[in-house]
Amino acid sequence: MNIFGGNKEKAWIAYFAIGALLLVMPFLINWGLGRFWLRIIDFALLYAMLALGLNIVVGFAGLLDLGYVAFYAVGAYLYAILASPHFGIHLPFWALLPLGAGLAGIFGVLLGAPTLKLRGDYLAIVTLGFGEIVRIFMNNLDRPINITNGPQGINLVDPIRFGEFSLTRKHEIFGVTLTDLHQYYYLFLLLTLATIFICMRLQDSRIGRAWVAIREDETAAEAMGINTRNIKLLAFAMGATFGGVAGGLFASMQAFVSPESFTLNESIAILCMVVLGGMGHIPGVVLGAILLTALPEALRYTSDLQQWLFQKVYIDPANLRMLLFGIVMVATMLFRPEGLWPSPQRQRELTDREA
Amino acid sequence: MDIFLQQLINGLVLGSIYALVALGYTMVYGIMQLINFAHGEVVMIGAMVALTAIHALAGSGLPGPVIVLLGVLVSMPVCMALGAGIERIAYRPLRNAPRLAPLITAIGVSIILQQLAVLIWGRDYLRFPPLLPESRFHVGGAVISALQIFIVVLSALIMAGLWFLVNRTKLGRAMRATSQNPQVARLMGVNTDQIISITFVIGAGLAAVAGVMVSAYYHLAHHLMGSMLGLKAFTAAVLGGIGNLAGAMMGGVMLGIIESLGAGYIGDLSGGFFGSHYQDVFAFFVLIVVLVFRPSGLFGERVSDRA
Repeated sequence: MNIFGGNKEKAWIAYFAIGALLLVMPFLINWGLGRFWLRIIDFALLYAMLALGLNIVVGFAGLLDLGYVAFYAVGAYLYAILASPHFGIHLPFWALLPLGAGLAGIFGVLLGAPTLKLRGDYLAIVTLGFGEIVRIFMNNLDRPINITNGPQGINLVDPIRFGEFSLTRKHEIFGVTLTDLHQYYYLFLLLTLATIFICMRLQDSRIGRAWVAIREDETAAEAMGINTRNIKLLAFAMGATFGGVAGGLFASMQAFVSPESFTLNESIAILCMVVLGGMGHIPGVVLGAILLTALPEALRYTSDLQQWLFQKVYIDPANLRMLLFGIVMVATMLFRPEGLWPSPQRQRELTDREA
Repeated sequence: MDIFLQQLINGLVLGSIYALVALGYTMVYGIMQLINFAHGEVVMIGAMVALTAIHALAGSGLPGPVIVLLGVLVSMPVCMALGAGIERIAYRPLRNAPRLAPLITAIGVSIILQQLAVLIWGRDYLRFPPLLPESRFHVGGAVISALQIFIVVLSALIMAGLWFLVNRTKLGRAMRATSQNPQVARLMGVNTDQIISITFVIGAGLAAVAGVMVSAYYHLAHHLMGSMLGLKAFTAAVLGGIGNLAGAMMGGVMLGIIESLGAGYIGDLSGGFFGSHYQDVFAFFVLIVVLVFRPSGLFGERVSDRA
């Protein structure tokens, strides 16, 4: 995919410049905006991975999944349970991340198998219910056997470690000091790029084309010999897998998981990123994730502004964040249903329909 | 046995409330094949507005039930306006859009309503003042409160009224015509836009009543009460066969009973592994089981095919 079009050398120069920018990004952010924003950039990458995973389900296959956060939770809890003092088990991350991906994938199939023959809007409700069930279980599985530690969550989760190289410690490399946030940035960047690569290859593959066919017209797709049930299941499982990996990363970076991080609002936030960016278009989804991670954080400054203007905080920024998501969803659907950065093909379809 | 009877009664009361909310889902679905995701939030707004009015009137010296009635009368028009507004802004422009679009705006609207409620009423629980008579009756070892009887009777009356409206009046005929075939209904001189709007308004009115009932029953209201209630009512509507009024009523009552019996007995049945805090899970299991084995619901026609 050559998103810049035109001649090849120019594209290479552009890629090189972007690569260099991505490499020095954490230092620029840290220097210009401080550690707080460095952390947000880390989270933006994490959300980009999640949004790309959800994009497989919603964008490619056209299945509205409102319980996506359940898979994120499964990955996070698996990591937290098997790499923390909670049970005294400390498995390494390179075993846990694939395990989390696999388990989340299995959950995806478990959820998908009975529900995928349903119509789209039913599917949305069932997945929403599934997300809530997973959260209720996490909240209550501290009795009679304490598995999830209930609402208190699991503490002191192990950081990601490469041998002696722990990502939570500071390191000096070639005279440059790398803090934990820098190191997580590079790890997340690498994994986000890998996710983008996998998504691009998936999109152009036989499976990816089958997904789009199902999205556009399921009956026609079936008539063309696509095994719609299996292909939809595969979309669910693939999406869930990315969620599981992101969950593991989240647990290790935060060193803490609790059911509070996996509410319906989180599912909606991720969906909102996909919708705003442009359903089914990979660069758009990444853009959506970055915008909708950074924007709500910028809203935090409104509380200072309110304090300064009225000597009182009338509107809680956390409140504004969700309000923003709600408005973005409605406004995008009403005014720009193809998203901010849609794929050329999708844009054509949508404008054709109106004409 | 007396526990069984008690749970049955609790379930019936809860179920009547679910049924009222489920009617809102099922009416809208029946007429335009849309899941009005924001309906649960309309119930919440109804409860909050009514409670605000009730609190304002609490010191006025009027008898308790009159104050509550006034609260309902204030909140119904607010919810009706809200219902009409939601339809006008979020759904009508998308009537010919792909199916996913109105669903996404619906979710957006419910988030917006939730956050508006936080802005207006804050995050704390609103308490329902003790205005209603507390008399209790003993029936075969179980206890029924006056409020419980009132909820069941009022729900039954409202549902009967709605049944009459839909099946015996001119407006009802127009609604049924729009639901069967909007194009032909328009050709017959039915203003379908208006009918759809009226459907939303009626559903929102029922939601307001249900909201007051829920908050009176649990003695509180808060900004998150709508989403879970909405989901359960939707489950009830699906259980009865979505688009089918009688089905929504039956589904609501059945779900209420399943839930309270389930919550009452799950501890014993699972040897103490699960407790009654898993109550909310039942509705989803019911939903999934119904959708898998009988997507048309218990009383519905086959509508499960992709439209």
